[in-house]
Amino acid sequence: MKPAPFTYHDPTTVSELVSLLSSLEDARLLAGGQSLMPMLNLRLAQPEHLVDLNTVAGLDGIEATATGLRVGSMVRQAALMKNDQLNTDMPVVGEALRWVGHFQTRTRGTIGGSLTHLDPAAELPAVSLLHDAELTVEGPRGIRRVAMRDWPLGYMTPNVDEHEVLTSIEFRYWNEPYGYAFEEFARRHGDFALVAVGALLAVHNGVITRAALAIAGATPTPARLDEVEEALVGQPAQPDTFASAGDIVRQREAMSDAYTDARYRQRLAGVLTERALTKAASRAVPAEEAR
Amino acid sequence: MNRYVGAEVLRSEDPRLLTGHGRYIDDIVLPGMVHAVFVRAEHAHARIGAIDTAAARSLPGVHAVFTLADLGEPYAEKLMVQPYPSPAFKQDIRAYPLAKDEVCYVGEPVAVVLADSRHIAEDAADLVEVDYQPVPAIVDCRRALEAGAPTAHIGTAHNLAGSLAVGFGDVEDAFGNAPHVFAEEFLQHRGGAHPMECRGVIATDEPHNEGLTIHSSTQAPYLVRATVARYLEEDESRVRVIAPDVGGGFGPKAGVYPEEIVVPLAARILGRPVKWVEDRREHFVATNQQGDQLWSLEVAADDDGTIRGVRGHVTSDTGAYTSYGLVLALTSLFPLPGPYAIAALDVKLDVVFTNTPTKSPVRGAGRPDAAYAMERMIERVARELDLDPADVRAHNFVRADQFPYQPGHKTAQGAPITYDSGDFHACLDLVKEIAHYDSFKSRQAAARLDGRYLGIGVSAYVEDTGMGPYEGATVRVHPSGKVQIQAGTASQGQGHATVFAQVVADQLGVDIDNVVYQSADTAMFPLGVGTVASRTVVAASTAIFDAAVGVRHKAVALAASLLEAAEADLELADGTVFVKGSPAAGIGLGELARQLTPFNTQAVPEGFTPGLEATSYNVTTGPPTASGSHIVELEVDIDTGAVILLKYSVAHDCGRMLNPRLVEGQVLGGVVHGLGNALYERMYYDEEGQPLSTNYGEYFLPLAAEMPPIEIVHLETPSPLNPLGVKGAGEGGTIPAANAVVAAIENALKPFGVVVNDYPVDPQRICELLDQASVPSPAGDPG
Amino acid sequence: MADTRNITMTVNGNSIAAQVETRVHLADFLRQDAHLTGTHLGCEHGVCGSCTVIVDGEAVRSCLMLAVQADGKSVTTVEGLADQDGMSPVQRAFQDNHGLQCGFCTPGMVMSLTAYLGENPDPDERDIREAISGNMCRCTGYQGIVAAGLQAAEELRGGI
Repeated sequence: MKPAPFTYHDPTTVSELVSLLSSLEDARLLAGGQSLMPMLNLRLAQPEHLVDLNTVAGLDGIEATATGLRVGSMVRQAALMKNDQLNTDMPVVGEALRWVGHFQTRTRGTIGGSLTHLDPAAELPAVSLLHDAELTVEGPRGIRRVAMRDWPLGYMTPNVDEHEVLTSIEFRYWNEPYGYAFEEFARRHGDFALVAVGALLAVHNGVITRAALAIAGATPTPARLDEVEEALVGQPAQPDTFASAGDIVRQREAMSDAYTDARYRQRLAGVLTERALTKAASRAVPAEEAR
Repeated sequence: MNRYVGAEVLRSEDPRLLTGHGRYIDDIVLPGMVHAVFVRAEHAHARIGAIDTAAARSLPGVHAVFTLADLGEPYAEKLMVQPYPSPAFKQDIRAYPLAKDEVCYVGEPVAVVLADSRHIAEDAADLVEVDYQPVPAIVDCRRALEAGAPTAHIGTAHNLAGSLAVGFGDVEDAFGNAPHVFAEEFLQHRGGAHPMECRGVIATDEPHNEGLTIHSSTQAPYLVRATVARYLEEDESRVRVIAPDVGGGFGPKAGVYPEEIVVPLAARILGRPVKWVEDRREHFVATNQQGDQLWSLEVAADDDGTIRGVRGHVTSDTGAYTSYGLVLALTSLFPLPGPYAIAALDVKLDVVFTNTPTKSPVRGAGRPDAAYAMERMIERVARELDLDPADVRAHNFVRADQFPYQPGHKTAQGAPITYDSGDFHACLDLVKEIAHYDSFKSRQAAARLDGRYLGIGVSAYVEDTGMGPYEGATVRVHPSGKVQIQAGTASQGQGHATVFAQVVADQLGVDIDNVVYQSADTAMFPLGVGTVASRTVVAASTAIFDAAVGVRHKAVALAASLLEAAEADLELADGTVFVKGSPAAGIGLGELARQLTPFNTQAVPEGFTPGLEATSYNVTTGPPTASGSHIVELEVDIDTGAVILLKYSVAHDCGRMLNPRLVEGQVLGGVVHGLGNALYERMYYDEEGQPLSTNYGEYFLPLAAEMPPIEIVHLETPSPLNPLGVKGAGEGGTIPAANAVVAAIENALKPFGVVVNDYPVDPQRICELLDQASVPSPAGDPG
Repeated sequence: MADTRNITMTVNGNSIAAQVETRVHLADFLRQDAHLTGTHLGCEHGVCGSCTVIVDGEAVRSCLMLAVQADGKSVTTVEGLADQDGMSPVQRAFQDNHGLQCGFCTPGMVMSLTAYLGENPDPDERDIREAISGNMCRCTGYQGIVAAGLQAAEELRGGI
């Protein structure tokens, strides 16, 4: 299990990286390596060129903007977990990160790597959807901004072409008091989710005024559950509301693989939706108290 | 006298291993060494046409690419040898070391590449082109004997490898008059052993000097020596096998594999050392696993839960070849009565071929399967007759006053199977106590009020440990006063160097730091068997004990002549033999040893043989019977099917414990292996026989976070069969675990009438069972 | 021709310079070029944790990092932990609690716990179990390792 031969490149700036990508055929970008390196070792990936993002300056910053928190694509998952502002303003991301691999993989694994690998069961794409993240992609034609909703083009296929690179992601503030939860079911601690559901919920006078729900693992791409969000708004934040939401999610189509069938994924999707909403509601600071 | 035996002595192996100074197979580098990589079958069943190795051979850094034909006569036409012949074979189909004209499982070695580095060898292996012509494969052992099923081997009439039977008593009577007869069918699946170190072989051939030297990550260096020598038609004196530090074994490393033939042959042809280290992807397809068994059993019982008899049939998968004989079938069948006194038994077993890797014992061998089968019968009887499962066990246990107890059947060699000792009732009482079994119902009821479903499961077992035929050792005192033990057994982490030093240090009255243990090198000790079947502590410690006693007698006798004292007046303590009461005037063991060396200027004292040493072989007289009862308490999340293990309790009896801490380590590891079998570990194959779980993201080993606290209580009923009173402890943790878990899940889900039967059982399966249950669950499928 | 680079890294306090093929991962570099065979390869796909080492203070899987990526970095392996007594508090705790049998997963376990206790000096049993869930062991059933982690934490906090 040794990688097939490749030519290694270690650009130091984004512009150098972009021009390199324009000149190379059959190149793969190496971010944290927690998914690509196993594929290289197993020879499931045999690129001619391996372009290392770890040497590129300026991709590992975290900064607050007027609209949210901008995170460089090479920010390690471990660093993100420890970021105070993230944990204050977008705590669901920190809660989801605890489900991402193990502490020994989060030291290398990056946010950009996870979003670009786009495993359907990965946690970070789901919470990026929850927080209406905006992704910045740089390429030979300049800078392009992509809403997270438009990022997945298909199974493990992000909206980025072979000459482009994801450079940052901005998680958007919710700008009002809310509760959050990230519920996941995996076989063992640290495994990819079978299904995971994240929820953000604003509650005013016991009534849901705004909702965001995202699901991972059930379908070939992570998804926002718009129809459920719409159904929730205006409903009382109480158990039967959450149970009904779970029932809606359970009716959605789900995928099957050799180990897990669609029917079981549907069951988990329903159960986890109900649990996430229940927990998010319990954490929702009533708007009048927060004032 | 017993300063060390029975004490929790810290392991002498540990500082070396903890600081990174172990020496495992992949750590060994020899001058001029080249690296082997095997080209392996991509189809479960295919004819092989041409194999084109030209591109691979022309890659810079490649020394050679060999197919079977390239190994030369007579090997190009020679099948692997059968280490375990049996009259029960119907078809003994073995592999060629490299596939000849047919591949019969994905992963079967087809060719070998030899190159300057592992990287280059893998590059070249990718360039070897094999013309495969796929033919139908048989994958599911349950279908293997159906009319019209594909055969696992081209040109064979059927898939039956062999048939075995076990029985005693009057089965017709037991069933004919029984008030209750219940039938059960269940599939047991055990995956691979998965030692954290894969296999590996390094071979050097020095034709003008000592011949072949083979380093192998094996549990059985003497079996490798015998098998390689037989295959190569070499004298065993020309084949030396060394097992270095071995990173876990658990069964499959006791087999002899094609790589152990091909790597030495390649070293011989190339005239330089060859190293092959299996990677994990290979391990999933090329190392023996345990696989599937389908059990169809009937049990006859009285109203009070007395088991009158058991009868039925087993289908057992051997994979593509019978490389490990019918051993797994034997160990699945003969332990079937377990700890129960049953009047009648009649079970037949068919071993069938499939196009999957060879099946051979994994921790516990077939005993976990046999125990599961019998425990399922107990569970069924308890459920149907509304009896407490622990009570049904106690009611049927062999009693402590019945030992030695003979269930009624005989070994393959014709000897009556005999349980030497134990107290099954005492073990069950002990485990019920630490598991708080009697108060469980109130815990369960309280949890139900919160919508939580707790369950408890009991399981009991016996294990025939200390398998024969023998093990041997030499104990030798050097003039320095240091004591050397040399033995034939190989360790894969069990702590032999510590435990055997404890035995010798006590016998010779020396500090344990002065005892060194050496083993696993066929050139160092002439005969050995192997570390399998919970046998080593019994077979080897007895030999070592006897040899140490021999040294002690020799030392005392020599001192008696030197001190002109009667032996009866002498004492051995602190490494010195002295007249009782006068330790200062004694003679040290080192000085006594010096008197018996050739460099002593005086003649060897009259009546003594040279060397303060003794060699002893322990020929096993029968298997000491280890036993125990386990209880697991768990919670089932009826929404997701998750099983949360809350507490695992073990009461076990492995006779006298030489080092209780190390015994606990064996039990803990064994239990977790059993929990993995019950809940996590499954090898998936598709209908064409392609394995679908070939990495650790797809095959789930148990991890720390999901494992429960495990509490162990020991009962020591010494075995009468050996001087130390010991019984094996390596597998008892695994044997009863699967039933304990399955029974506990059923207990938790009793309100819904869920019966699990097959294992491993995963959350999806639990949800399916809940959906099919006679009583609907709150989260049940609305459709 | 093979794609190579000249790299320099500090391993257990010693500077090592070598020409490496860029496709060689850090674990193979440590084992073959630095001759430190205590770092073990159990799966080479980043799951078993046997190859865990500490790079610039953080635990990483050395099979998932190229040697060339460790250029200029400081690497600690299991061989580099020992104090004057020959074993670190974590290593001693493994011996005291029978936290190892065959020893193959052990270096990775030791490195993981060493790094983890640096970040969380006061873990409970649950914390330790989750921390070592990125490391597989087939021998011990983990219980001795968990006990070792708790003992080492206490010792490192000055409690022993």
